[in-house]
Amino acid sequence: MTLERDLKRLAPSATTARAATAAAYRLGDAGANEGLVDVAVATMDSPIGELTVAVTPRGLAAIVFEGEDHDAVFDRWARELSPRVLMAAGPTDDARRELAQYFEGTRERFETPIDRRLIGPFAWDVLKATRRVGFGHLATYGQIAARIDRPKAARAVGRALGSNPIPIVIPCHRIVGASGTLTGYAGGLPRKETLLRLEGSIV
Amino acid sequence: MGTKTADPRGRIRVPPFQAFLDANRANVYRFMAVAVGPQDADDVFQETFLAALRAYPDLRDGSRLDRWVLTIASRKALDHHRAGRRRALPVAQVPERAGVEAPPAVDLHDPLWEAVRDLPARQRVAVVHRHVLDRSYGEIAELMECTEQTARANVYQGTKRLRELMA
Repeated sequence: MTLERDLKRLAPSATTARAATAAAYRLGDAGANEGLVDVAVATMDSPIGELTVAVTPRGLAAIVFEGEDHDAVFDRWARELSPRVLMAAGPTDDARRELAQYFEGTRERFETPIDRRLIGPFAWDVLKATRRVGFGHLATYGQIAARIDRPKAARAVGRALGSNPIPIVIPCHRIVGASGTLTGYAGGLPRKETLLRLEGSIV
Repeated sequence: MGTKTADPRGRIRVPPFQAFLDANRANVYRFMAVAVGPQDADDVFQETFLAALRAYPDLRDGSRLDRWVLTIASRKALDHHRAGRRRALPVAQVPERAGVEAPPAVDLHDPLWEAVRDLPARQRVAVVHRHVLDRSYGEIAELMECTEQTARANVYQGTKRLRELMA
């Protein structure tokens, strides 16, 4: 009757669990090499905490701040993009390199393509206008509303910016209140402040 | 359980592949470590989850994914043993695999290993499901795509043989 116990002892669960973690980690890039990963996910360090980036064959689809509900975010990607969401560094290399350069101060414009499938039609109008606000510049919610010909929609603009799935690269942090106050930021005001300081917009 | 997990629009809802992998990787690896041995566990683990990744968007049923992946794992383990036997026949001297051996996840000096390695493939896989992963005979039948009777017979013969070899 000890045979069962001896068989379990052959492959102790603690040891195989460790090996499984390492093997699972390698799976992402193996899958990506065969074109089987529809949403490649990787993390990177930054001055505003760890960032999680999601890249599809169309481009960068999302950037998530540390402290957000990652399970909920992964579920949303599975629902709205593809269930083949997997940690895989390779496909995210370009996006992560550009972000690292931005944080080092050697890049002011992002060139990596964007996948806008997580952005609704109105939000896309808002975020398109936001993308035209360059490094080191600021605009107000009202100005963005005016630029998309919805001058009374400043609050809807605020909501659209709050739902921006690709912060930093779509620079919603450059949009401020009418009096120049920083007001809200989905990632929290300290992050907005750090980004604007990095761009020299505030001191 | 057993019902389809569909969203209100009737589409099949499956979790993000990463969540599925995180939930099942330990079980699959533990199965592989004994079913194909620690040196090949890594390769067959990758084959299993790559096959799962390939089939994932076409899944008709988002429930019981743990059994689904163990079915694939069982098939891959049996394929591995079949391929190994085919390879071993025509080439007399298979060159050692280059590079360093992966650090074994298990103690290879345990005499039980030799006994397990001597088991016919189907008995070995069935014994692992039964005694390492504690699966019921009904589940083993499903995982190995055979009747419950065959599953029982494989576990019984495999276990008996192990006891003889270890006596």
